[in-house]
Parts: sequence; C-alpha cells; structure tokens
Amino acid sequence: MTAAEGKLGLDPEVVRTARRLAERAAQPVIELARTHSTVSVERAVVRLAGITGADAEGIPWVNRLVDSVRDQVGLEYGVALPVWAALATGDYPGLTALAREAAAGGVTFRLPTGHAAERARRASLRAVAGGVARVDANRRQREEMIAGLGDPPKPWIYLIVATGDIYEDMPQAQAAAREGADIVAVIRSTGQSLLDYVPEGATREGYAGTYATQENFRLMRTALDEVSAELGRYVRLTNYASGLCMPEIATLAGMERLDMMLNDSMYGIIFRDINPQRTFIDQRFSRQVHARAGIVINTGEDNYLTTADAVDAAHTVIVSQLLNEHFGHEAGLADWQLGLGHAFEINPSLPDQFRLELAHAQLVRELFPDAPLKYMPPTKHMDGDVFFGYLLDAFFNLVGTITGQGIILVGMMTEGIVTPFLSDRDLALKNVRYVRDACGSLAEDFHPPRDGVIATRARQVLSESIDLLGRICDDGLLDAIAAGTFGITKRPATGGKGLDGVVAQAAGYYNPATEILEGRAHDEVQDELS
Amino acid sequence: MTSEALSALHPAPGDAAAVARHPRHVRAYGDTTGDGMVQLSFTLPIPHDARAEGAAQMFARKMGIDPAMVVHAKAMGPDFTFFVVYGRSSVILDLAEVPVVEREFPILPANEINLTIRSILNRRLTVIGACVGTDAHTVGIDAILNVKGFAGEKGLEYYREIKVVNLGAQVLVPDLVARARAENADAVLVSQVVTQKDAHLTNTRELSAALTAAFPHGRPLLVVGGPRFDPAMTAELGVDRIFSKGTTPGEVASYLVHALAGGVQ
Repeated sequence: MTAAEGKLGLDPEVVRTARRLAERAAQPVIELARTHSTVSVERAVVRLAGITGADAEGIPWVNRLVDSVRDQVGLEYGVALPVWAALATGDYPGLTALAREAAAGGVTFRLPTGHAAERARRASLRAVAGGVARVDANRRQREEMIAGLGDPPKPWIYLIVATGDIYEDMPQAQAAAREGADIVAVIRSTGQSLLDYVPEGATREGYAGTYATQENFRLMRTALDEVSAELGRYVRLTNYASGLCMPEIATLAGMERLDMMLNDSMYGIIFRDINPQRTFIDQRFSRQVHARAGIVINTGEDNYLTTADAVDAAHTVIVSQLLNEHFGHEAGLADWQLGLGHAFEINPSLPDQFRLELAHAQLVRELFPDAPLKYMPPTKHMDGDVFFGYLLDAFFNLVGTITGQGIILVGMMTEGIVTPFLSDRDLALKNVRYVRDACGSLAEDFHPPRDGVIATRARQVLSESIDLLGRICDDGLLDAIAAGTFGITKRPATGGKGLDGVVAQAAGYYNPATEILEGRAHDEVQDELS
Repeated sequence: MTSEALSALHPAPGDAAAVARHPRHVRAYGDTTGDGMVQLSFTLPIPHDARAEGAAQMFARKMGIDPAMVVHAKAMGPDFTFFVVYGRSSVILDLAEVPVVEREFPILPANEINLTIRSILNRRLTVIGACVGTDAHTVGIDAILNVKGFAGEKGLEYYREIKVVNLGAQVLVPDLVARARAENADAVLVSQVVTQKDAHLTNTRELSAALTAAFPHGRPLLVVGGPRFDPAMTAELGVDRIFSKGTTPGEVASYLVHALAGGVQ
C-alpha cells in the first residue's frame, strides 16, 4: 500500500513535503555526526577488532585503552592509527595485552606517519573486518534459522523480561516464548544508560532490569535458540542500544545475533539528559552497525506521549518518526528495519478517544507502509483499576489489529502498579489472542469516510507535523530540542551528560569500521569478509 | 462479635436510617448490606488437576472466606493454575480503629501560593530538584517540577514566584549540596525510585547530613518523594516532608508555602 492509495485521503504531495522537510531538518545534525566521533564510537571500533575483558575494578580493557590513547595523542585522528601502530612494534601479543600495559602506563602512543601509518591503517582494517565478518555470519544464520523454523505471522507479540539475574531471565524468557511471545525484550538495569562503559560478563544483580553485557546477550540468545527449535518459530531477542554506550552495545548486539534494538534518535536526550551532540553522533554509527547486522530498530516516540498530552503532541510523534526514518535511511537501514514507535495514550475519558487513536495509528501506518511499526499499550491512564485497564488494553489491541501494526507490545493491566503476575501476563496474552482471532482481517473492512472524524483528524495531525517541521528547519533541530519541542523537556545542545566524550575529526581521521560500513573498503578486506 | 457489631448488622428499627448512613461497623458489600461478599483471584503453583479446585477453596477458606465459590480455574502451563473465587468474608471492621493521616497543610490555588511567597519572602522561592545516586528515573521529579506537571496540574516551573533548578538524573550528593549553596536554595526536592538494598533510604540520610553540615545556620527545606517511602519516616531520615505515590505539584507547592510561613513565625 502506498500513501496515494491509502484510506485517509492523504495528499501524496503533502507527504512528500513532510519528508523533504525532515531531510532538511536532519541534514545539519548528520553533518555533525559525519565530522565528529566519540569515545564510545572509538571503543566500538576496538570491540569489533575483538578486544574483551575488564580489569579488577570491572572497567573494560577497551575503556582503559581508548582513555590512554586519548590522554596521550587525543582522539581527533581516531583510535585505530595509534593503537595499531603500537601493536606493530611487536611488543604486545594482542589488543588486551596492549590495553593492560597501557592501563599500567607502560605504552607510549604516537600518531604514525608515512609507511607506518599505512601499515597501521591496513592492520586495523583487517582486524575490524574480522568483527564485521562475525556480524555478517550472524545475519546469515538468522536468515537461515527463520527460513528453517518459520517466521511467526504479524503482529508480533512483544513481551518483557527483567529480573536482574540473567540466569533467572533465561527460563522466564523461554516461558514467555512458550506462552506466545514472538519477541522477548530484556529490560536493562536502571542507570545503565548513564554508565560510560559496558559491564563485562554474566550478571546476576541489576536494578529493575538486567545489565546489557556481551555475555548476557550470548546466554539469552542461546536460551531463545533452544526454545525456538522446540516451538518451531524463530523467537526474536531485543535489547537497548541507547545511552552513553550506544555504539558499543549496537556492536555487541550484532556480534551476538540480537534481532531488534531500541535505538531512538532523541530518547536519550529527552528522557535521560544525555548530551544531544553525543547522542546524534553515537546514533549514526549504531545505526550503521544495525543496518549491517540486519537488526530491526525500535524507536521511542511512545515516550513523548507519556509526558506530553497524547492529542496535543500527536504531531510531535509524526515529526520524530520522520526524523528517525531519515536518520535511519541515511545510516543504511532499510524500511523493514524501521520499527517506528507510537502509543495508545489518549485520555480514555475524552470523547471520541477510540476514533482519535484509530486516526493516529492509521496515519502512521500509511505514512510508513513498509516499516514494521511498534505499537505501545496504554500506561499513563492505567490508574490501578485493573478491570478498566484490561478493557483499555483490549481497545489498544483492537486499534493495533484494525490498523495493521507490526509489533504489539503486550499491555498489562497491572501497568504502573506491580511487576506483572504470571496470571497478569496470561490474561494479557489471552486478550491479544482474542482480539486478533475475533477480528481476523478486519483491517480489510476498515474504510473510514474521507470526511469523517478519523480521516480528518489524521490529515490535521499531518498538517501540524509539517508546520512543526518547518519551524525546526528554520530554528535548527538542536535549538528545537533545547526549546522543549519533544516531550516538553528542554535540552540545550551543550547540556547533559557525555559532551566531554565528543571530539571533532581532524583531517586524516581514520575509522576502519566506518570505512567498511560505508562500503569504501570492500576490495581491501574481501578475504576477511567472505 | 460485639453487641455493637451485631447492632450494625441488624439495626434496631428506630435508628435504622442513621445507622445505615454512617455505620461504625461494616462488612464487605456484594449486593446486600451485611452479605460480606468479596471476589479475589490468585495463582497456585499446582497443576490444574482433580485436586486444584479443592485446593483453591481451602486456600480461600483459610483467608476467612466461607463459603468460597471457585468460579474459574485455568491452567497456565503445566505447573500453575489461576483461580477466581467469590465468597463471604467473615471480617467485620470497626471504622473507629482505622488510622487516618491528616494532611497538615491546606491545598492552595496557584495565585494564592504566588502571593504568599511574595508577601513572606519578598523575592522568588528557589527550589532545587534532583534524582540522587544511581537513580535515573526522572519521571517523578519531572512531574513535580516541569511545566507539564502531573494529573492535570502544572508543575512548579509554572508558578511565577518559584524558581526551579532541575538537576535531573544521577546527581551526586556533594554536587547537589554545592548547587543548593550557590543558588541559596529555599528547598531541595529529591525523587527516589530505586529501592534495591534500601538505596533510597541510604541516599536520603546522606543528603540530609550533608545539607545540614553545609548550612550551619539552617538548611533549606528537604523534601523527598518516591513510591516506596513511608511518609512517617521524616525524623528517622532527617527530612522535613515525605511525599508518596500520586502526589501532585499543587500539594508540594502548598506544603512549601505552609512550611515557609511556619518558619517565619
């Protein structure tokens, strides 16, 4: 379906205008991301080259190494040239050994020139190609497993697991899959987004969630592979590429065959007070990795509606989705990889609430016909009346079915009250299944009249989106964020956490990962990648 | 059963109307006064076999529900069964024994809050807010401070006479104290959601001690909030007021004005 033949009578020219404006608004920020790097981008490069492990204090060797390079020669030329020049001396058996030595203060890093620079460039490219090859192999393996096991029909049912202990999470995730989950998301420990390092190893203690670590990723993917084989359908695993270590977590996800990653262009800025520049730079690299890994990203527009009014701010969701789409495309993501987010958060006491929700959901469906779309259940108006909450979740499921949403997060009637009981999850899945089976292909019968409340409201939201995009183009996206345009939270471009980890690239900056991900080094590393 | 309780359930004809309007002793109400009917749902870690419904019935009886009708039983996987039970609870409540925590201050409208601040301080009231320690959940503090507010009430930023400095997530106690000094804060608001290992209590005590040390001539008001705080613990934690789940910005603003006026007297 294209917008032109949609159900809402959207003017294709208006839709094109909206995309053009989003592209214009995003352009300066993309330019910023192309010409800057961050400590986490540089650490992701070294992780692709295979570094693992942490020191006795739990700080990863990759942090020690990159910090050491940064202290001695800066990161303006990237971490690769100084690191592989140091390795070329032959004094260190590998990256981890080099990092140990560097942490002890025993390594003098230099920016190589001439032949030494060329040697370091080639060596780093080969080393990073090894990691990219692993990402590629995981993508192929996922595709083969889906072909062999079968892919569940859409909408995919998305359930959350979060005990804090990966060894508790694994059986719970398997149980969730047996109960009908197509996607299992492991919520991260509170505060991980503000850690400037990725914890190491299997973890058994988290705060309201489980730490995202490479080993936890591996353990959980293995557990889901087991249950996928048992159930005869591929169960997807989701985590969060967000916060200060977004590029590294994206990389680890690719290396451990995660299938979906929360990866919003502005979530960390608005809701975690992470510096806007840091976020946009980290985000571009993360999305390049996700694109390569065949990972579907989930964006976080639903969150805007938990702070702002879901009717007043409906157009900010559309604007953010258009920006996320453009940032995603620019980084190489295909439409099928864009799980754009939105939510059912309009106050249920508002007259015509259901029609307005239908209007918003159908608008998103028609604007992004080939994106899977992640639809989030009510949270803000779940007030402890679990019986009414159950009804509201059914209406949410109904909107999702009628408007053909691709990924449905299962609404819990205990939302905001307690961690869902086993029975709450069971009832919630019964709700989803009832609505899905009772409605069948109801979407086919859904043709709101062009002059009715639904189609009119959808066109109005699109028109407000265009007005806002126009203002963002005039003011600049960073200034719009600073003025509190999204989620009613003001985030200045030089505020928030992580700005000190941002560095402007000097002429001669070299990043072997970006070379490969942007397709410039294919000939040189053909052997490593095949 | 006391004779008073019995009279509540079987009122004498003369005072029936008055007792029915304000009975002191009550039972749960299904569809008839005094029927004691309740409904509950629960899960037992047992398979849904021949014994399951009997087990559920016994479980309900031991909770004081007799007779208990198991109206729904459903297997959830091989090891669990979910039950819905209706039945008669034997509990009789003496309402005179129910403790009520009265709010110690009146709720004022925004214009009155602004006026009071101006007349008492003759300047704006400065409030510093933060989530301290590892806590990254700014939802609570943002709901109280941001203009957007919470539950249809505008946040403290909306009050003309209140200056809000929101430091956001994961603020270190020394940084918060330093900022409070720099801004000459009248009040420090801290939101704590993370409660593992009682982090919310530890952080609050640490902050209280640090603030007291940094302001030898009287520290700013210290107000904490979060879903797992017990409002009765103010003295134990060294804070002035504790707000729990569901607190609105208007309540906080009204409290600040009340406390401010009390301090001046």
